[in-house]
Amino acid sequence: MTTTIERPELIEPEDPGGPDLHGPAAQHGDGDHGHHEGPSGLLNWLTSTDHKMIGKSYMITSLVIFFIAGVMALVIRAQLTSPTASIVSFQNYNVLFTMHGSLMLYLFAGPFAFGGLANYIVPLQVGAPDMAFPRLNALSYWLYLGGSVTMLSSFFVAGGAASYGWVAYAPLSNAINSPGAGADLWLMSLGLTGFSAIFTAVNLVATIFYLRAPGMTMFRVPIFSWNMLVTGILILIAFPVLFGAVVLLFCDRHFGTHIYSVQGGGVPVLWQHLFWFFGHPEVYILALPYFGMVTDILPVFSRKPLFGYKGMVFATMSIAALSTGVWAHHMFTTGVVLLPFFSLLSYLIAVPTGIKFFNWIGTMWGGQLSFQTPMLFSMGFLFAFLMGGVTGVLLASPPVDFMTHDTYFVVAHFHQVLIGTTVFAGFAGFYFWYPKMFGRMMNERLGKLHFWSLFIGFWVTFIPQYQLGLAGMPRRVADYLPTNGWTTMNVVSTVGAFIIGASFLFFFVNLWVSWRSPVAAGDNPWDGGALEWFTSSPPPHHNFTHLPPIRSERPTWDYNHPEHHKEHRQGAPPQPDTEKVGASS
Amino acid sequence: MTAVNAFTNGSPTPLPSGARAASGASEAAAAAPRSPGRKWTRWAAGLAVAAPLALAGCNAYPGYGASSGATKQGHDTFKLFSGMMTTGIIIGSLVALLIIWTVLRYRRRSDDMPRQFHENIPIEILYTAVPIVIVAVLFLFTVLTENNVDATVPINATVTSTGTPVVDIRVTAFQWGWRFDYPGLNVGIAGETTNGPNDHGPQMVLPAGETVQVTLMSDDVIHGFYVRDFNFSRYALPGVTNFFDLNVLHTGTYNGQCTQICGLYHTEMLFSVRAVSPSAFAAWASGEVRAGHTLERSGNPSTNIPPVDTHLTPSIPSPPPSTTKGSP
Amino acid sequence: MRVDGLFLIFIGVFFGIIAVVYWFFSYEDAGFLMLIGSALLGLLPGSYYLWWAHNMKPQVDDDPDASIAEGAGTVDAFPGSSIWPFILGMGAMFAVLTFVFGLWLAPIAAALIVSAAIGVTVESRRGGAV
Repeated sequence: MTTTIERPELIEPEDPGGPDLHGPAAQHGDGDHGHHEGPSGLLNWLTSTDHKMIGKSYMITSLVIFFIAGVMALVIRAQLTSPTASIVSFQNYNVLFTMHGSLMLYLFAGPFAFGGLANYIVPLQVGAPDMAFPRLNALSYWLYLGGSVTMLSSFFVAGGAASYGWVAYAPLSNAINSPGAGADLWLMSLGLTGFSAIFTAVNLVATIFYLRAPGMTMFRVPIFSWNMLVTGILILIAFPVLFGAVVLLFCDRHFGTHIYSVQGGGVPVLWQHLFWFFGHPEVYILALPYFGMVTDILPVFSRKPLFGYKGMVFATMSIAALSTGVWAHHMFTTGVVLLPFFSLLSYLIAVPTGIKFFNWIGTMWGGQLSFQTPMLFSMGFLFAFLMGGVTGVLLASPPVDFMTHDTYFVVAHFHQVLIGTTVFAGFAGFYFWYPKMFGRMMNERLGKLHFWSLFIGFWVTFIPQYQLGLAGMPRRVADYLPTNGWTTMNVVSTVGAFIIGASFLFFFVNLWVSWRSPVAAGDNPWDGGALEWFTSSPPPHHNFTHLPPIRSERPTWDYNHPEHHKEHRQGAPPQPDTEKVGASS
Repeated sequence: MTAVNAFTNGSPTPLPSGARAASGASEAAAAAPRSPGRKWTRWAAGLAVAAPLALAGCNAYPGYGASSGATKQGHDTFKLFSGMMTTGIIIGSLVALLIIWTVLRYRRRSDDMPRQFHENIPIEILYTAVPIVIVAVLFLFTVLTENNVDATVPINATVTSTGTPVVDIRVTAFQWGWRFDYPGLNVGIAGETTNGPNDHGPQMVLPAGETVQVTLMSDDVIHGFYVRDFNFSRYALPGVTNFFDLNVLHTGTYNGQCTQICGLYHTEMLFSVRAVSPSAFAAWASGEVRAGHTLERSGNPSTNIPPVDTHLTPSIPSPPPSTTKGSP
Repeated sequence: MRVDGLFLIFIGVFFGIIAVVYWFFSYEDAGFLMLIGSALLGLLPGSYYLWWAHNMKPQVDDDPDASIAEGAGTVDAFPGSSIWPFILGMGAMFAVLTFVFGLWLAPIAAALIVSAAIGVTVESRRGGAV
C-alpha cells in the first residue's frame, strides 16, 4: 500500500507515472498516462479512487434511496388518512414502515453526509489531495452499494422484507417470529453498510489528522470537517457494537444460540442495550455532519466569520461524548434501566446544543444576510431543529417519556429532528456545494420554491402528529377506530406529507434545468471562506495546484479580502499572492 | 430576555438603514440610535411568555392536548409535562423570535462588509451557564415526579401502609391479546383482539380510589401496556416482570393499546380499563367467578411470579400461544 | 499531533469516568463493557499520538505560521484507478448472501475475494497503478 505519509522526508512515489500530487506533474496532467483522465464512463465509475467521484456516487445512490423511502412514507400516510383505509395489508404496512426507517436511517441519512458530502468536501477543506486511503474509500462505497442492493432485494424474496421496525427488537426479530430470508437480508445489509461506515470513518479521521495543508492547524479546520472528525470517532465507537449485535442476532436465528431468547436463558433486553448503544450515537452521526454544513453556510451568507469557533468545537465534542452515555433513554419504559442517570445525561445534551444555537445566531448577528437557497434551507433547519430539540428535552424526562413513548409525539419529535438535519441542512449543503461539484449553478427561483413548499409541508405534516401523540395514537399502527377522534389530524398530516413529496418536483426540475442550460458557477460563487472555494469548480485531479497562506479557518476569504485581516484573530497577515503547491521541489 | 439584551452589548448596535455612512461603518454603528425593531421584539417576546400563561387562564397547568391523568400517578406526570411544555414553549419562542429578528434586522441592504467579530466570551459563558441552570431545575422536577410515579407498595402486599386494600392484577400480553388475572379473587379474563374494527378488546376492571398493583409480563415478544388517560406506558418484556401501581381517581372507561410493534396484528391489540367503585368491583368479581371466568379458565395462570429483585430472571416460559388467527 | 492526541485522550477519560459512574449506579454489564471499550478506543491511540508528538519533528500542518512552500514535496503516492475495490466489495456482498441463500454462493464469493486480494497486492507492488 502507499500510505506512508512523511511529509518532511520528501518521499518520491515508486511509480514514476503515479499521481505525484505535490510535485510538478500534478499541475500538467498530460505527462502521465491514465490517472488524471482515467478511463471514462462506466469503467471510470467502477475503478475510480478519486474522492470526488466516490463522493458523487455516494450522493446519487443515497438520494435514490431517499426518494424510494420517501414514496414509502407517502403510502404510509395515505393508509392512515382514514380510520378504515385498506390501501395496504397489515403485513405490508409493517414492511413499509420498517423499510422506510431502515432505508432512511442506515442507507440515506448517514451515507449522504459522511459518504457523500464529507467525502467530497473534507479533503478540499483541509487542503488534501485525496482521502488518506483512496482504495479503502472506493471499497467502502462498494460495500455501501452492496448493502443497499441487499436490503432492497429483500422485497423480492419469499416472505417479503423485514417487518419488525427499524430497531428489530428481539425477540420479535428471531427466527420464530420473523422467519424468511427478508430479515436475514436486512441483517446482512447492516453488516455491509456498517463496515462501509467504519472504513469511511477511518478514512475521514486519517485525512483530517494527517493530510492537512501546511498552516492548517486543528483549530483552523472548518467546522464541517471538525464535525466529520467527531462523527468519524462516533462511528468507530458505535458501528462495531451494531455489527456485534447483528452477528449475535443472526446466530440466534440460525445457529441455535439463545443470546436474546428467554427460553434458552438469554436476555431480550440485551439487544436493546446493544442496539441503542449504537442507535443513539447514530442519531448524532446523522446530525453532526448536518450541523457542520449549516455552520459552514451561515458565515458565508452573513459575510462574517463564525461566532465562537472554539465553543462550536467543544460543543460538538460534548454532544458526541454525551450521546454515547444516553442510550437507555430509548428504554425508559422497559423498567430495567437506571432512570436518573440517563435522564440527567440526556438533559445535559441540551446545553451544548444550545451553545450551537446561540453561536449560529451570533454568526448572523450584525452581518449582511442574503437569502439564497442554501441560506434559506439553513433557516429551515434552525426552526425545525429548534422545535425538535425542545420536544427532545421533554422526552429526556422519564415520566414524560412514559406518557408519550411509542406514540406519534415521539414520531413527530424525531422526524422534526431528522428532517431538520438531513433534509433541510442536507439540501442546504447540496445547494451550497453543487456549484463546486459540477461547476454550474442551481436555479435560485426553483430552489426557493423547493424550500418554501418543503417548509410549509413539513410543519403541516408534523404539528398534527404531536397532537395525535398526546391524543393517544401509537406509532406503527395500520389503522385506528373512527371513535378515536384522530381522523382530522391524520388527514391534515397526510396533506402535509404530500406537499413535502410535491416539493421535490421543484428539485428535479432544478436539476434538469441546470443540466440542460448550465450557468457557469466560477470558482467561488458565494464568496465562501474555506479552502474548497480556492480551487476550480469542479476541482482538478488531486484538488489543488495552488494554495493561499492559511492563517485562519477562512483562508480563501483572507486571501480575497486582505483589507479585513487586521480584524481577524490569529497570526501574521497573509501575503497577497498564492503559493504554488510544491513550489520548491 | 436576558440573553437578548446581553447579546446586544457585545455586538454593534443595529444600524438604521438611512444612517449608513460610506465609511467607518463600525463607528457609525456605535453612535446610531436604537432601531425601532427593538420595541417590536420586546413586545413579541412578552407575548411569547404571556401566551402560554394566558392559555392556562385559571388553570395553572395548561393541557396542550394531553390528558390530565385519570390516576394519581398520571396526574403527577401531567403536571410535569405541562410545566415542561410551558417552559419549552417560552424558551423556544424566545429563541425563534431572536432568529426572526436577526433575520429581519440584518438582511443584506448594501455591499458593505460587516464588522468581522468572532467571539464574545462573557456572552458565550452566559449562554452556557443559563441552560445548565434551566436543565438542573427541570431535572429536579423530573426526579421528584419520577419518584411519585415509580413508587409502589411492597410487592405482593395486600394492604397499604394506611390499611386500604391493594388489588393485585397480573397482566400478561401475548400475540395478540391480553390476559388479566386477579389472583386474590380467582378471576381471570383473557381476550384476543382481532375480532373486528369496533372491538376494544378485553377489559380490565379495577376499583377506583384503591391502590391497584399491576404485575406486567409477556408470553412471547415485547408489547407495550399503554393507557392514554393514565399518561403511562410500560413494556411487557419476556423474561422481565414489571410492577407498577395505579390509583385511579375517577370511575370510567379508558382505552388502552399495545404500543410496541409486536407482529402482524399489533394494530388491533386493544384493551380497555373500566374503573368502578369498590363495591361494584366486588360485585363484578363474584359475577365473573359465577360466570366461570376463573384463573383456571383464563388459560395460563401467571401465579408463579419470579423473585422480585432479579429483574432479569426469566419468567416461566409458556408454550407458544395459539396463533391460529383467521384472516382479518 | 498534540491536539489530535489530546482529542483522543479526552474521549478516553470521559468514557472512563462515565463507565465507572455507570457501573456503581447500575451494576449492568453490557453498558459498562461498551463504555470501557469506548474509553480504550480513546486512550490507546491517544497516548500513542501523544508519544509521537513528543518524539517526532514538528509538523508543518501544526505550525500556525507555516507557509505552503514549507510543505513542498510529495506527501505520498496515491493509487490511481483500480478495479479491485469493486471486486472486493462484490465479493463481500456475495459472502454475506451466502449466509442467507446457501453455500452455492460461496465459490463466487471466494473467487472474487481471492482475486481481489491478489490483484491489490500485485497492483501495490507495481506502485499503486493498475
